[in-house]
Amino acid sequence: MLMKKRKYFYLFVTPGFVGIMIFVLLPFGDVVRRSFTTAVTGQFNGVKNYQTIFQNQAFVLAVRNTLKFTLVCIPLLVFLGFVTALLLNNLKNKRWIKSIYLFPLAMPTATIVMVWKMFFYKQGFFNLFLSRLGGWSGLWGEVHKDYLGTSAAFWVLVGSYIWKNMGYTVVLWLAGLMGIPKELLEAARVDGAGKWKSLWYIVLPSLKGSLYTIVILSFLNSFKIYREAYLTAGAYPDKSIYLLQHLFNNWFVNLELDKMAAAAVCTGGVLLVAILGLQRLWDKNEI
Amino acid sequence: MFTGNKSAPHGGGIFREYFAFSGKYLQKAGAVLLLLTPALLVVLPILLLLSGSLMDTLELKGYLTTVFTDGTEFIKWKLLPDYPSFANYEKLLFETPQFFVLFWNSMKLVLCVLMGQLLMAVPAAWGFAVYQSRAGRVLFALYVVLMLLPFQVTMLSSYLVLNKLSLLNSHQAIILPAVFSTFPVFLSYGGFRGIPPQLLEAARIDGAGELMIFFRLGLPLGKSGLLSAMVLGFLEYWNLMEQPMAFLEDKALWPLSLYLPEITWGQAGFAFCASVITLIPAVFVFILGQDYLEQGIIYSGLKE
Repeated sequence: MLMKKRKYFYLFVTPGFVGIMIFVLLPFGDVVRRSFTTAVTGQFNGVKNYQTIFQNQAFVLAVRNTLKFTLVCIPLLVFLGFVTALLLNNLKNKRWIKSIYLFPLAMPTATIVMVWKMFFYKQGFFNLFLSRLGGWSGLWGEVHKDYLGTSAAFWVLVGSYIWKNMGYTVVLWLAGLMGIPKELLEAARVDGAGKWKSLWYIVLPSLKGSLYTIVILSFLNSFKIYREAYLTAGAYPDKSIYLLQHLFNNWFVNLELDKMAAAAVCTGGVLLVAILGLQRLWDKNEI
Repeated sequence: MFTGNKSAPHGGGIFREYFAFSGKYLQKAGAVLLLLTPALLVVLPILLLLSGSLMDTLELKGYLTTVFTDGTEFIKWKLLPDYPSFANYEKLLFETPQFFVLFWNSMKLVLCVLMGQLLMAVPAAWGFAVYQSRAGRVLFALYVVLMLLPFQVTMLSSYLVLNKLSLLNSHQAIILPAVFSTFPVFLSYGGFRGIPPQLLEAARIDGAGELMIFFRLGLPLGKSGLLSAMVLGFLEYWNLMEQPMAFLEDKALWPLSLYLPEITWGQAGFAFCASVITLIPAVFVFILGQDYLEQGIIYSGLKE
């Protein structure tokens, strides 16, 4: 039986695995090898490529921006999603609201970028709105700020990311909230725990699993913000939103493959450690 | 969470009643606000696109020139165009054959990727879900890590292998790596895992072969997982940008998602119509598949 089981496991898994070997694992091995050689001649040159990228200003800037973006966006998204889910959890007819939150996920970036431009260009809707508000309240005059070509672009990207990803965050938090046994909350209530208390002592601890997932998926999706960034500001945007993704793309266009290899190994390594670390942390909490 | 109306709180007195009341009221108000803000933020862009696509070229130019030529006036807009016309749609659909080429490029890429994923990912997911073993668990963990690596990390490795197989600048360069993505494996696994093992055991005792079990029991019972993989996959690959940008030089091979931003502001009317047409299949899949989309998101959140 065991032999048979193993046979069928390989029968089902092998075709896909062969493809993954050919298209991902073997070539990534080659990338690791290349990260220790020169680009043109292919001679071994130790950790020189790694030294080069860490001394490269563009790389340092891109790493810093990507980190900053991640550290601003993910906590914000996780928090906003949680508050929203908490409020929605008590509503009966959630389907419509969920559709509204999820819809931006379906909207192709190319179509939305045009709208963003109309909003955030110098003479766009956002400034129009601000100017009207200023005129109405008498506090400030007309606003003619360009949001896409300046450091404000960072916040446009943050907003765009939240707009796009709120939906699945809310859905995941709601699923987590539904998973909390009603009896547990009821018991806490009978014991005299107030809303905030049961939120702190029961709801939050039972949602650690959801938190792990949401953080991982938000992180995965945070890399896709490159689409918005590239389409609104091109390959060389304002310094504040020059991300790792821009750098990889520009190195690729200029065929600087040695730097790319070293950077890919570094980024991949950091991500691997982060993923495993988070998983470890969560497993520990499970027991 | 707290229904509250089932039984009165024990000796809570007036304070508790008051807090319960105001809490409920606040929650309602908050919920309405929460409903309206995102609704506005989602509906407004769609209305903008729709109204823009129905405007006559001159009217559109009148509104947008100030924005794209650095004028001093603010943008103006009318959600109901003064001179509504389908002229731009007509031109795009009947006089611009290139547009169809791009549309079909997109369709071809998405459909080929999804078919390939069905063939490769679904059996693998079944293997992981049903024939559990130590090796299986290790391999599955590897799949999860691969699923989480962003395109930029694997960009060079994909380029190297596509170059070696001389697939660059062809649709296969986009399709083949995507077929072996591990994300659909993960989602389909979520669906298959929900099937009780006793059911499969009973089928085995009745003499069903393993392949028969997969086709007759696994696929129908675990279809929510693979359908959600298809829905999420459609939305993802319909919006594909990074891969074609890196691996397709010939613009005639580009998908719509990449071509759309290339339309200049001089042709804003085209851009609006093309955007609306690009949006239609995505909306269609979204409306048909919303339940699977939600299910898929929840599956993607499951730990093995």
